[in-house]
Amino acid sequence: MKIGRGELLAGRLILLAMMAFTLMPFISIFVTGLHPSNTLPSGLEWPAEPQWGNFVEAFRQAHMTNLLISSTYLVIAVVPISLIISTMAAFAIGLLRIPGARVLLFLFVFGLTLPFGGIIVPLYYLERWMGIYNTRIAIVLPLIALYMPFAVFWMRAHFINMPTEISEAARVDGANTWDLLWKIHLPLARAPVTSLGILMSVWTWNQFLLALVLVENPDERTMAGALGAFQGHYATDVPLLCAGTILILLPTLIVFVLFQRQIIAALLQGAVKG
Amino acid sequence: MTSDNRPVATALSRRTFLRRMFRRETILGWLFVMPALAMYAVFVLVPAVLSLRYSFFRWNGIGDMRWVGLQNYLTVLEVPDLLGTIFNAFRLVIFFSFIPVSLGLVVASIIHRVATGKFGSISRTVIFLPQVIPLVAAGIIWCWLLALPGLVNQILRSIGLGAYAIAWLGDFDWALPAVGLIGIWVMLGFCCVVLLTAIANVDPSLYESARIDGASWFAEFFNITIPMLRHEIGVLLTVTVIAALAAFDIIYVSTAGGPGNSTSVPGVQIYILAFTEQRIGLASALSVMLMVLVLIVVIPIQRLSREEAS
Repeated sequence: MKIGRGELLAGRLILLAMMAFTLMPFISIFVTGLHPSNTLPSGLEWPAEPQWGNFVEAFRQAHMTNLLISSTYLVIAVVPISLIISTMAAFAIGLLRIPGARVLLFLFVFGLTLPFGGIIVPLYYLERWMGIYNTRIAIVLPLIALYMPFAVFWMRAHFINMPTEISEAARVDGANTWDLLWKIHLPLARAPVTSLGILMSVWTWNQFLLALVLVENPDERTMAGALGAFQGHYATDVPLLCAGTILILLPTLIVFVLFQRQIIAALLQGAVKG
Repeated sequence: MTSDNRPVATALSRRTFLRRMFRRETILGWLFVMPALAMYAVFVLVPAVLSLRYSFFRWNGIGDMRWVGLQNYLTVLEVPDLLGTIFNAFRLVIFFSFIPVSLGLVVASIIHRVATGKFGSISRTVIFLPQVIPLVAAGIIWCWLLALPGLVNQILRSIGLGAYAIAWLGDFDWALPAVGLIGIWVMLGFCCVVLLTAIANVDPSLYESARIDGASWFAEFFNITIPMLRHEIGVLLTVTVIAALAAFDIIYVSTAGGPGNSTSVPGVQIYILAFTEQRIGLASALSVMLMVLVLIVVIPIQRLSREEAS
């Protein structure tokens, strides 16, 4: 390898600068969150007396306990159902190759390009008409539906790469289609199903537009949706807003650190398959 | 699938059995597809069609709908504030898509060349962090950083450029680039990590032989990295361009489209038209234009990157 020392140094300096660019915002709001409530500190300034109580106050004011329960409820309601129905559909499209599979695939792929903003207005009136507006179901059902294009596409990419010998061998042993999916192929699909589950959990937790439009009560929204409401209330109290933001970020950051490898792998495959 | 290779001994009974089985499999397959398809149809396809329908009416959401033909579309094209949202969306593409992808290429190739060990993996993780937080949170964080007493101006003052300190998100000329900066911050890590993985899959002998010849970073970058990653670059452009055109969260919390309409994009404008001004028809016309716009922009990128990759 012929890489000069100067270049090595320059390269690493650039990387350090990029890391600083990424981390500074987090550090800045953390430090600001420690300043006395209702003051206006400058961007990066360690307070004379760090107000750790701000975090407690923000926890209370933002109804954090409610939010955690509400967001967890949404994830539990959305993710397992999405996983099951998208896997079944992808199995039929990618492995059974039922007649019409190409058309179905095309229909789902079309959904990948659809901006949420494009359908949010009719969705609002549709849900009013169905009588589910302003309940948690109002977020759950459209989210499941909006994940279908990606989820079906993702699982199909797995099933289509499965060697046909596996299915044939199982058939010879007398497995019917139902067994083929649940006993043979599902255990083999554990990795892509896990990645997809993690991805959809993060997306649900972070979903903002649907929560904002379809549920009026911030306590029944997603974490991100509630953060929007919290900002509206505390726009003038910068330290408290910063403390609240940190609290709302914390769960996703912790999950990311714990499942870093899976999350990155999932997003990667997702992007490249797309 | 298997019937052709079978011995013919029990052919007749087996074939009828298989045919029945195949038919049952088709029915079962469609039953498997049904739940996903039904959900997708009711909550995505039906609203998409309803958007198109609403767009031909004047409607305040409560009273009677009045047919106005293409009038709503003409209004979008005639009113500068509405048409401007589409121009703003394209300006955002520069910040949400072109800059993160190019910067991501540079950073990924630097990590690949000078930081293969632990330092590289740490920097990869750190740069990726903004991707996992809610976009709303990114918006709120940067709102504070870009405010008059915020970090950005503090840095400017500390290097003697205090005269340039302004409230970035409140400035007519600077608000859009400032919002764009938030987009760069969020998107960079994603682009970088995708490209880094792609570089790792490039045949290492290409890089080795280039380095034995003493190729500079520039030569390596333009002659190996970019050509070998064309497919991934195409994919990233697709994903980030959709994100830029459909942007909502960051802008809604950081500027809500202001000052004036200088950062207003279709997503935010649709929300305001429909839910604060009760002009459902007009909002729907803009929705339809947004959906069509994304398709028009994305299909050529996809086609181009597919052709080049093959």
